[in-house]
Amino acid sequence: MTKPWLLLTLVGADRPGIVAQVTRVLFGVGAELGETAMMRLGNQFAIMMMVRGAGTTDEVAGLLESTRADFGLKLHVDEIDAALHQHREPDVSVIVHSADRSGIVADVTAALLEAGMNILDLRSDVGGSADKPIYIMQIDGETTDGIEPIEQCVAQLADQGLTVRVTPLQTMRG
Amino acid sequence: MSVEPLPILTYPDERLKTECEPVEQFDPELREFAEHLQYTADQGPSAVGIAAPQVGRMQRLCLVDATRAKRPVDNHGPLVLINPAITNWKGFAVGREGCLSIPDYTGKVIRAETIELTAQDVEGRTVTFKMKGFEARIAQHEIDHLDGILFLDRLVSRHADLRER
Repeated sequence: MTKPWLLLTLVGADRPGIVAQVTRVLFGVGAELGETAMMRLGNQFAIMMMVRGAGTTDEVAGLLESTRADFGLKLHVDEIDAALHQHREPDVSVIVHSADRSGIVADVTAALLEAGMNILDLRSDVGGSADKPIYIMQIDGETTDGIEPIEQCVAQLADQGLTVRVTPLQTMRG
Repeated sequence: MSVEPLPILTYPDERLKTECEPVEQFDPELREFAEHLQYTADQGPSAVGIAAPQVGRMQRLCLVDATRAKRPVDNHGPLVLINPAITNWKGFAVGREGCLSIPDYTGKVIRAETIELTAQDVEGRTVTFKMKGFEARIAQHEIDHLDGILFLDRLVSRHADLRER
């Protein structure tokens, strides 16, 4: 029987060498890595990683204990019901920006959900300056009812002072 | 004509990284191959183009068919491009691409927004086209195949956002 995928999440102050050290330890015990996402959020580095073949959740946590301690990371391991080769293709991109205020993500994602959009990828940032922050959000998703409901929903968001751009995406395959 | 689709080579087959030879013989066998190649593309998941090396024929022939786009785009109809050469490029756009030879992966690629190309048709006659947008993207992707270049070789950041096309 195929070994289950585990989802590792690791977060800690960003320092060079975290990824290399974590993956070296896992490779050393014959682990297989699946899809991963890693990024700097704030001054922290966050890792989400599909891993299998390195033992149970407790065993993987044990394997990474010295790395966790060396880098001062927070580590979490869960068994997940995941599979590879399940990619989906976004057919719409939504980019939002405005002066920062509370509730932007909640407002935008609720409106997009209502308009039939399933989010596949979302990245948001706070830019500008500490006293005049701006919020920028990039979302890729798939629509259930086409682009028109998304465009209508965006018009309503614009009334709330958000600048929103919707771009239909068409994957070229050849 | 055979009713079986031609087997499609998949990454990392070395032939997909190999530059193709020009077509010199314009004969019934070539026309039959072009039809067979089209039939093969039709069996895959919504392909809008295919190139001869993707089925192991290392010659400079590809198909471009923007009429098969999910959303209507400017197009010149279904095209067989033989010995194609891009003679002019203008503008840039980011778009998402996939490939029959690279299942289950799509990624962002920057391509010229408009191109001019010259090629030969199945009879060996010289043809020229001015393409833009999605059709230009297909042609650039397929002509890359003839030079042993895959869209993986041209991937840009997941967050790239020159005007998407």
